[in-house]
Amino acid sequence: MKLLEVRDLRVAFPTADGVVRAVRGVSFSVEAGRTLGIVGESGSGKSVSTQTLMGLTPGAQVSGEAWFDGQDLLAMPERQMRRVRGAQIGMIFQDPLSSLHPHYKVGWQIVEMIREHEPDTGKAAARKRAVEMLGLVGIPQPDRRVDDYPHQFSGGMRQRAMIAMALALHPKLIIADEPTTALDATVQMQILDLMRRLQREFDTALIMITHDLGVIADMADDVLVMYGGREAEVAGRRTLYYRPHHPYTVGLLESVPSAPGVGGRLKPIPGQPPSLINLPSGCVFHPRCEYVMERCRVDEPPLREVVATEPAPGEEPAGALPGGDLPRVDLRRDGTHRSACWLPHTAVGLDAGVAAARRAASEAADAGAGAAEDADGAEPEGGER
Amino acid sequence: MIRFIIRRLLFGVLVLWLVSTSVFLCVFVAAGHPEQVIGGPRATTETRALIRHNLGLDEPLAVQYARFLGRLAQGDLGTSYIYQTPVARMIGDRLQTTAVLVLGASVLWLAGGVLIGVLSATRARGLADRFATLFVLVGLSMPAFVVGLLALFLLFSKLGDAGIHLFEPGPPLQEHFWKRMILPWIALAFLLIAGYTRLTRGSMLDVLGEDYIRTARAKGLSERRVVYRHGLRAAMTPVVTQFGVDVGTLIGSTIVTEKVFGLQGVGQLVVQSITVGDTPVILGVVMAVALCVVVANLLVDIGYSFLDPRVRLS
Repeated sequence: MKLLEVRDLRVAFPTADGVVRAVRGVSFSVEAGRTLGIVGESGSGKSVSTQTLMGLTPGAQVSGEAWFDGQDLLAMPERQMRRVRGAQIGMIFQDPLSSLHPHYKVGWQIVEMIREHEPDTGKAAARKRAVEMLGLVGIPQPDRRVDDYPHQFSGGMRQRAMIAMALALHPKLIIADEPTTALDATVQMQILDLMRRLQREFDTALIMITHDLGVIADMADDVLVMYGGREAEVAGRRTLYYRPHHPYTVGLLESVPSAPGVGGRLKPIPGQPPSLINLPSGCVFHPRCEYVMERCRVDEPPLREVVATEPAPGEEPAGALPGGDLPRVDLRRDGTHRSACWLPHTAVGLDAGVAAARRAASEAADAGAGAAEDADGAEPEGGER
Repeated sequence: MIRFIIRRLLFGVLVLWLVSTSVFLCVFVAAGHPEQVIGGPRATTETRALIRHNLGLDEPLAVQYARFLGRLAQGDLGTSYIYQTPVARMIGDRLQTTAVLVLGASVLWLAGGVLIGVLSATRARGLADRFATLFVLVGLSMPAFVVGLLALFLLFSKLGDAGIHLFEPGPPLQEHFWKRMILPWIALAFLLIAGYTRLTRGSMLDVLGEDYIRTARAKGLSERRVVYRHGLRAAMTPVVTQFGVDVGTLIGSTIVTEKVFGLQGVGQLVVQSITVGDTPVILGVVMAVALCVVVANLLVDIGYSFLDPRVRLS
């Protein structure tokens, strides 16, 4: 049973310069106790999507459905939505210093939330719970630190306090929006460890929004790669890492230091994320894509299932690690791996062979444009949605 | 906290010293012919010399300055050339009237400005906001006497001549206190309320865009609580700063309102003293106003530390 199921979410903001189409039809779901990672650059729509679910994007034009525990969050009246916020869905934001109110004590801010949702809880009882939560997230001497102001905490401690606040009412879902981006690398690992531990302890579902694929590798069960307000690729974590299909995902993986499949130099993705007011025609990624075909400039590719052929015996699978350690890749066609790209849906992976196959496919498609229109004609139907 | 206050106090003393010294130089050295004021146009040369001697004006500048500072330290602002009464006592009475005027008005303009500012910010670009913006423009562009006279006119069109004697100068402040003060309060507050509306609106719009406001909403708090408890609390900082400055400086500059409503305040005293050249009184008023500004700012600084815990510790 899915805890949260989002269908065809669209979010637009009317501005003086035109309509900003921040999210253009995104669907995803999370199950209890599991983690969905949402990856993308700034402006890919990843934060807007989740904040819209919480009703935190004033002035937005929203359509779609978001079923949470049997109720549509997007159709919920404000009063009812307030009972969901904080109590059933907790949020953790990027910058813990600016996300905590500078004028109030950390403990007070946690107590305030507990008492808002449970008015019968006395001040002393709520405070006791705040102290417990602060202790649980690893803040030393929580009974003393509960009366500190946010600026008296270090960066990592502030984020621990934010986590304590998000978990205080044992929500079923936590949305963490770049929770480690503003932190030191060493602190990042501690915070991620903490979140993993607490997630297991409380059996909470987690949506982890990040631009850091390292965080995804540590945390996520399933991954949604967003680009220009849409899904670029959806896959299980291992599949995404070893057998990516979408050139954008490949680009993201290759631009990560010490990513699998790259030897020495980092390979940045050229160009800039698209303007959400004037979106490129066809596939929104085509201006930055190295395998761009004629078709990509015209038609927007739908999200379709990726089916890679099983490697022949003795042949090295497409997603082999440089060290020769063969990854165990699930090749079953279960509809979990989908990609929005016109390239043949058999070309998955990160090695040079796959890159050559992609290039050949894109050149063949352009050369025979009109005659053999579909570059991915070999791909079975059924992945369509 | 104690060290913070002491540091601020010392700073205030420094400001007062700078003000007094520059006033001394301007008034006594550059433009000082009090013997003409005191002796009148027909005084003989001997009389004038005697007056200068009695006032100590024939002594070296350094000695005069030392005496001046010494008297000032004891709260002695000198004696009026015209009335021959201690300046401190003359100012004391007037200061009370002006303080009542300014403080009463300050309650009105602070409450009104903040309230309209918050409503305007939370309904940005709505009808109420546009109306408030218009109100701000009108308030900012109206001179004090227009507002005062307008208020009087509106009152008399209701009361007739019965009300007018309330605003004739003379009777002590305690007589018909509320009836006499409410109109000057409104008139003075009207001039400032616009500025506070604009200030609160801007500050509030900034704060409502902050991350911690998003956190407050994500916690499931009611909009009212988000706006007032979380938003307004943080948005008050610049408003409080401005408030301290305004209350302090207004003590010396409510002349027009005082004149219109027949109040015997500091402002009127300044005008009278400048007209007749009563230097000690002018000096005294300048010092008194400087003291008010310093005290008001000190109170603001202390108020800050209650408002913002980050100031308290740094």
